[in-house]
Amino acid sequence: MKKETLQREVRKRENTAIPKSAFAYAFPKTIPVMAGYLFLGTAYGILMKINGFGPLWSVAASTLVYAGSLQYAGVSLLAASAHPVYALAMALMINARHLFYGLSMLEKYGDIKKGKFYLIFALTDETFSVICNENPPKGISKTAAYLWISALNQLYWVAGSALGGLAGTMITFDTAGLDFALTALFVVIFTEQWLSCKDHRPALTGLIVSGACLILFGPDSFIIPAMAGILAVIFQEEKRKINL
Amino acid sequence: MTRHILIILALIAGTLITRFLPFWLFPAEKEKPRRLEYLGKTLPYAAMGLLVVYCLKGINFFAGSHGIPELLSVTAVAALHVWKRNSLLSISVGTVLYMFLVQAVF
Repeated sequence: MKKETLQREVRKRENTAIPKSAFAYAFPKTIPVMAGYLFLGTAYGILMKINGFGPLWSVAASTLVYAGSLQYAGVSLLAASAHPVYALAMALMINARHLFYGLSMLEKYGDIKKGKFYLIFALTDETFSVICNENPPKGISKTAAYLWISALNQLYWVAGSALGGLAGTMITFDTAGLDFALTALFVVIFTEQWLSCKDHRPALTGLIVSGACLILFGPDSFIIPAMAGILAVIFQEEKRKINL
Repeated sequence: MTRHILIILALIAGTLITRFLPFWLFPAEKEKPRRLEYLGKTLPYAAMGLLVVYCLKGINFFAGSHGIPELLSVTAVAALHVWKRNSLLSISVGTVLYMFLVQAVF
């Protein structure tokens, strides 16, 4: 009851009618990701092409690996013909933050039967941020909505990669700064979460621990200490709550 | 060529492991430890904080534009969102502002 009132309230604010299908519900949520992924995907396709890996390579990587920052790091691994074991270690390190997304989605994806493999496979930073904050209204299938959001996002990423690999050097207008769309998306979701819950400690923990680790360990190696720190603070907090 | 395919396969394997590991460790049909329940409630918020910092990790306060375009745009996005609470509006205004700042001002 309370949740429904809240959803109605949000919808009133956003001035939108109740969507008719899962697609109609999902598509608008993916528009910010579309801007960011088309741009970053195209940039990836161009970068691969410059290093001697044509659109077939970039499309294959975007379809099968589907992890933005890792794919960017992968360009230099490919160019240098790095050892595959080294590539695997790199992948585990850069993608370690995905463990957090999985842990956060255990409940949401727990009772999903069909398409669960794809939902987990496609859980990028952006897809996680969109879905973790979504509760489709009554009448819209949860699974269908999540699948549409996930598949549309990957479609943008793959389309961008193909575009960059095929026509990269012909793009001439100044796109500098367009990738900020994804940062803006994360800031919006962070703000939305902040406004919709009373306990700000988890959000602050995320910000402060990560910020401190960034200063201490530097931009290339702060993620794993930050994750460990966040878990330590959250478990400490839980222990304190039980003792109360 | 073979080496390159092996590299791509390694990237695929690494990504699959990090995305699937939580679901393998805690399958839906098994009873989850209580700590995990608490984690599931708090971690989405903390993860988003981590992600915001991750996006801004490239900022150098001591050189170039000193992170001013990033800080201004992030503040604008958050403020606009608190005010209007319209996701697409906040994101597009913030992105256009950022593009203007990095292309024309700094």
